[in-house]
This record gives sequence, C-alpha cells and structure tokens, in this order.
Amino acid sequence: MKTPFPFSAIVGQDQMKRAMTLTAIDPGIGGVLVFGDRGTGKSTAVRALAALLPPIRAVRGCPVNSANQADCPEWASVSDLEVTERPTPMIDLPLGVTEDRVTGALDIERALTQGKKAFEPGLLARANRGYLYIDEVNLLEDHIVDLLLDVAQSGQNAVEREGLSIRHDARFVLVGSGNPEEGELRPQLLDRFGLSVEVTSPDNIDDRIEVIRRRHAFETDTDNFMTHWQAEDAKLCDKILTARSALPNISSDDGILRACAQLCLTLGADGLRGELTLLRAARAFAAFEDTDQVTRDHLSAIAPIALSHRLRRDPLDEAGSTARVSRAVSEVLG
Amino acid sequence: MTGDTPHPWARAMRAMAALAVDTDTLKGLTIRARAGPVRQSAEAALAKLPGPKHRVHPSVTDTQLFGGLNISASLAEGRMVHDAGLSDRPGMLVIPMAERCSPGLAVRLGQILDCGHSHSLVLLDEGAGPEEQAPAALLDRLAFHIDLTGLRWSEASVSLPAPADIEAAQKRLPQIAVPQDAFESLTFLAARFGIDSLRAPLLAIAAARALASLDHAMQVSEAHLTEATELVYPARATTLPQDPHEADQPAEPEAQTDTDADTDGATDHPEALPDEMLIAAVAALLPDGLLDRVTAKSRSTKPASGGGAGSRRRGNRTGRPLPSRPGHPDGRARIDVIATLRAAVPWQALRPKHAHSRVTIYPSDIRLRRFEDRSDRLVVFIVDASGSAAMARLAEAKGAVELLLGQAYARRDHVALVAFRGTTAETLLPPTRSLVQAKRRLAALPGGGGTPLAAGLETAAQLAAQSRDRGLSPAFALLTDGHANIALDRTSNRVQAQSDAQSRAAHLRMFTLQGCVIDTAPRSSPEAASLAQALGVDCIALPRADAQRLSKAIDQVLDA
Repeated sequence: MKTPFPFSAIVGQDQMKRAMTLTAIDPGIGGVLVFGDRGTGKSTAVRALAALLPPIRAVRGCPVNSANQADCPEWASVSDLEVTERPTPMIDLPLGVTEDRVTGALDIERALTQGKKAFEPGLLARANRGYLYIDEVNLLEDHIVDLLLDVAQSGQNAVEREGLSIRHDARFVLVGSGNPEEGELRPQLLDRFGLSVEVTSPDNIDDRIEVIRRRHAFETDTDNFMTHWQAEDAKLCDKILTARSALPNISSDDGILRACAQLCLTLGADGLRGELTLLRAARAFAAFEDTDQVTRDHLSAIAPIALSHRLRRDPLDEAGSTARVSRAVSEVLG
Repeated sequence: MTGDTPHPWARAMRAMAALAVDTDTLKGLTIRARAGPVRQSAEAALAKLPGPKHRVHPSVTDTQLFGGLNISASLAEGRMVHDAGLSDRPGMLVIPMAERCSPGLAVRLGQILDCGHSHSLVLLDEGAGPEEQAPAALLDRLAFHIDLTGLRWSEASVSLPAPADIEAAQKRLPQIAVPQDAFESLTFLAARFGIDSLRAPLLAIAAARALASLDHAMQVSEAHLTEATELVYPARATTLPQDPHEADQPAEPEAQTDTDADTDGATDHPEALPDEMLIAAVAALLPDGLLDRVTAKSRSTKPASGGGAGSRRRGNRTGRPLPSRPGHPDGRARIDVIATLRAAVPWQALRPKHAHSRVTIYPSDIRLRRFEDRSDRLVVFIVDASGSAAMARLAEAKGAVELLLGQAYARRDHVALVAFRGTTAETLLPPTRSLVQAKRRLAALPGGGGTPLAAGLETAAQLAAQSRDRGLSPAFALLTDGHANIALDRTSNRVQAQSDAQSRAAHLRMFTLQGCVIDTAPRSSPEAASLAQALGVDCIALPRADAQRLSKAIDQVLDA
C-alpha cells in the first residue's frame, strides 16, 4: 500500500476538511457525505484522514476493538486481553460486498473442520469505534444500504442467520463519497449523514497549480514532502486531541438553541435531526477553535454543511440548497 | 500542420511506450477503433508491453475482480479456500467493448486503479457514434486516449521500442527533472481547453517525464511537454481556446472569481501563459465536431429509442424465460435443474462413476435461469386546459385518452392525465388501465383560466418519478400552445412563468422519457418548439386534430 497523501497538504477544500475534522473530534455527529466531481480529491482526503487520526486503545485480541475487557463480546472468547494502542480503524466497504461480509456470518472454516457453530465477524465489527468508508456510496446496492442504515442508527449489529443469534457494538462514523452524475442517493440515507459537503474543482488557477505542484512533489520526492507535511499533520492531530478533551466543557446558551431551531424552521428541514446535528457540530467546532462557548459565528459556519442535505430536495440544482441555507443563515443570524 | 504532427499510429506507439515506463502514474489508455486489422495490430503491440495482462469482459463478476470463496476447493479440502481476484494480481486489465461497460463496473475498476497495486487498464472502445463511449469515470483516470478510427492497416507500421529500452527508461525515470514553469503552463492550458479535472495536468506531467526518459533526456524539454499535451488533452477538451484578449471580454459578466483568476494569472506569471505553440498543437488534434460531442455529453442519457413498450429488464425471478446460461450460483440466481441435467448427461460415459450417484454433475454444468420482463408503459397526458388552449382541445385530449385506453389491454399501457389551468395543476387521472374509471373522471374535467405550464410539468415529473418507482416506464404527451403566463408561485407574471416552465422542462428531461409536445395553437408557435427542445422531444403541430388523429400521432411518436 502506498503512503497516503498528507491531510494538511490538501489545497483548499476547506469545508470538506472541516467536516472530517469535526467528526474526528466528536464521532457522535454521525458521518460525512462528500459529493463532487471527478478528480477533486474526495478519496484522497478520506485516506489522508485515516493516517491523521490519533490511535485508540483497545483489547488486542478483540474483534470489535473493545476499549476494556468487560466490553469484549462473549462469542469472541478473547484470549489475549492486553489493552494496546492501535490505529483508528478505517474500514473500506467495497461496492461488490456481500451481506455476510458486512454483518459477519457463520465461520465456514470452523464449521467444516471442527463441526462448530462459530461467528466470523464482518466489516461492521472491524469498523466499531472507527470509520466506515464507502466510495461511490450512491451505487451501493439497496439491501446493503438498508442494513447499514439500521446499524448506523442503533449502534448495534444484530445477526440472526444460519442458526446464529449474535449482537455486538457497531458504532462507527460513516463516510461516503460519490459523484452525483452517476446516480442519486436515496433521501433516507442522505439524512443519516450528519454533515454533507459538496466539492468542486478549485476555480482559482493558482490553487490548481499548487495542487499539481504538491502532488508532483509527493510522487517524485516522497520523503522530503512527507517530513514537511507530517509535522503539519501532527499539529492538527494535537489540536483534535485538545478539542476532544475540551468538548464536555463547551456551553451553549438558550439564544443559540433558539437560533438552531429557528434556522431549521426557516429552512423547513424534516425532523429534528437537523437541529441536533447542527448544535453538536457547532460545539465541536467551538472546541476546535479553542473557545468555551458556541457563538453565532460558529453556527453560521456549520449550518451549510449540517443542513444543506436535509432540505426538501429540488433535483434541478444542487447549488440551490446551499444558497437557500446561506440565505436562511443571514436571515436568522443576521 | 500535417508535416510536423506525428501520425496517429506513431502517437499511439509513443503512448504505449510511455505507459510501460510509468504505469503507476499514467494508469492506462483508451484505444478507440472498430474491430479490424488496425486494432489487431494495436493489440499485438499491447501484448509486447512488459507485465502480465488479463482480458476482462464487461460482464465480469465481482468474484472474478475482487476474489471470493472457491466452493469446490473449500468442500474438498475442508477449509476456506479463497480465490484471488484480479485486484490482487497486479497487471494490465484489457477491456474489450469498453463502451458497454456499466457504471457499476467502471467504479469498481476505478477503485482497483486507485488502490495503487500498480494495475493498469486498457479500454478497447468500439463505440460507433459519439454518444457511445467508455464511462467517464474511467476516461478521466486514464492518461491517453488514442483514436485509430479510419486508419489503414498499411499505416500501422511503426513499432514499439525494444523491451530493453523501456526497462532502461524505467530506471532513468526517478531522475528526470521537470522545469518549474511547466506546472503553470500545463494548468493554464487545461483551463483554456475547459478541462475541469485536476488529473489531466498531473497526467500530462507524468507523460512528459516518461517521454523524456524514453528519449534518453534528463530534463523534460518543451518538445516533450508538447507531445504529452497532444496525447493527454485533446480528448478531454470541452471548449475551443480563444485568444486571451477575446476571452476576457465575454468572461467579465460571469463570476468574479473567474476574472480574478485571469488577471492574477496575467500579472503574476506573465511568462507562464501557455505558449501559442502548445495551444496550436493541442487544437490541431481536437477531434472533429468537438462541440457536437460536448452537447452529446451533456445529454449523455438521452431517451432510449423506440421499443413501443416499456423498457426491457433482465432478471432471474419473473417474466418471459430466456435460454439458460452457464454460471455460478451466487445466491441471487436460480438454478435451472433441467438444463443443468441436460448439460451433464452427454458426458456421463466419460466421467468417473461413483457408486452412490447416478449422475455426476460438475460445476461447469450448472445452468442459471434468466427471464426477461417488460415493464408496463405509462402514457402521461399533460393537458393545457387553460382559456388560451380553448375548450375544444380538451375534448380531443379526452377522446385520445379513451382511445389509447381502449388499446391498453393489448399493449399493456397505463394512462394518466395531468391537467393545468387557473393557477395550479392536478392529476385528474392517476395511472390506470380501467376504462370505466377514466371515463368517469374525464367527464368532469373543466377548462378555462391562466396557463400554469410550470406547475403542469412539475406534477407530471412527480407522477413520472412515482410510476417509475413502481416499475412502470413512463412516457408523456404534452398538449399545449406553450404560452405560459402563471409562474410557479401562482402569480401572473409572464416572464417568470416562461423561465419557470423552461426550468421545469429541464427537470422533466432529466427523467429521459420518451414523449412529444403537441402544439395546439392555431398557428405553430415558437414557444411550443422551444419547450419541446427544452424537453428534448419532438414537437408536432396539430392545429385541428380530432381524437383519432391525436391518438395516432402519439402512437407514432412513442413507437418510433
């Protein structure tokens, strides 16, 4: 596997980078959807994020990355109970994946050789406490999407098949990317993503040249390039860790709550998930900015990525929804 | 120009050699040629490139691509035996009939290319027309696009550099330096040709380095950059470059950022403006009818032609049976037992006999069932019931609906009717095949009032989306004179109403339905024609049609 391109070295695309950083601070925000044209660095950013994230502490032998021995599932019969550091899981969900690979299934090998009914954990188990990345999420087959929705909502994976009855924790941040030209995403799935970002190719020629330069340097002079940018990545990683610890102390007064609700009302967003995510993301953003209170500026910075995909859709133009959000933001937050 | 532009075949060979030198970055190439001696020579040249090659059919399964459980070996050995897929074996994937490659496969192949296991991809594109081409997701990733159409076999004379030369070039590659201003000039050049993806300049730089390495140069020269852009840019171009001074003037009313970027570029890097030579080189190679192709691309999903009934769907659950095909049971398909036995029987004498079984069946005998299903067609009538369209038209539309419904049983057509008048549109007749219900509802259709064309189109689009979800193939017939005067917000504003109608028409067009606009104005109106254009369908002027002629005209258009 090649070294991933460093996260800090990505030119522009601030909203995408911000959205991903926020989910690293507070995984409860609930996932990022990145939609955009070909060749805008969607996949690059996700791979880079995996390399950037701080490691987690988990029981070494545990298939679902449990934090301590008490959390290890019974069916796994974990023998190696030492708690060690491991990189934050970033699991790829390939498009052609089958249902039993996702949820886990009967361990055929042990069934055939030992005649034992054992469970072989799937991708959802491996993604617990980490990230699940779906490239081209709009082309994923419907039955897999339904399954993911269910698990993402409950945080638990329940397997009832082949005589097995097993459940385990599956709390992960869903990251999806796709190109809207190749197909729309079902509205049900759209709503489950906490944040959504639209990326376009930079329209500034200097930015474009910088992209080409950095990419070329990365490919031809990898070592020097990485030494420089890994230092930047480490700074960002520290900032994320600081923000994580500051997060419980961030306060948000009634005025902010009212503004959240007012914003969602003005936009006519369905359900209450909009308000909840907006507030949560704004708190994470406040922590990242090293303040102890959520301000209206934080809200207006977060509103476009937290709300634009929750509006009643006008399939005519995607840009329209972003414009509607910014209009509502200037109306409500003035 | 012809003097110094290399021959297409020579360019093709250079591209292949460059690909062999820097496979990891350049990713692959597309060869556009119909099957014939020229393409055979191209394939022969490909075969000489170093590294393993796998030919992949566009209907390749995920198991073949990504690997999967090997059932027979697992059963025999009593442990899980996984077959490695093509994604685990680095090499060159050659895809014939690439223009038939489905978007799903394109994305999977794209993922294989992106995962960096030094795969490369060669698409053999046999598309007949400009609208038939390999999926854009792949074309964007592959460096070179070679068009060998119209080449004669005798022209395919130049051959590849010797394998030893390529190997030496591979070794030299890391030392090849790129002049700093190359980045600027290539990015500018891409912008001038309207190439949006940032992969293009990157690929061009990599190509220039590979070419320099092939030429035993240690530094990328102007000539290499020119050659690289000639290879990479022409097929991606979306606009013809204009003189920078001319280009500035129309750009001014556009977005601020555009002009900013232009002036920035002009002041900061005066030396970096792309050489006119580079532009001329690429422009000389632009495919004929570039603009035709651009429009073809923007309407890449044009209505499926003809059929006269709902579109065909292949499946293995319901419908008219098709001949069974050999295949592996993958959990979704059903096994055709009789056909499987029939395939196994002739070989029984040759196969080793087992005491406990009468018939020995090998995995290769397994036949899967296939069915073909035609989805029912839904004809949505969108009828202008406003004062301007006059009451008489309404009666004709009602008559036509009843006539079509009369034939519906044989044709498996459903019919729906959306009428717009006053300030709103409503679905008067939801999709139905019931003649009785239709007659009852139609009798009560009133007329008169304004023309909320946009509202009518919107309701029709909703209906089309719903019916498509329910497995129908919608088509539409829009009866109007095109004089919209009620906007979507129900106000009477002619200008707003027209622009709303145009935008809704563009929306409805995204469904890529078959259909027609029937111009009901006494004299054929430009409004109806422009509406038909926005919808991407034909416009038929029928000033004095009766129900019979109307239904016949609609039949003809939809069956065409």
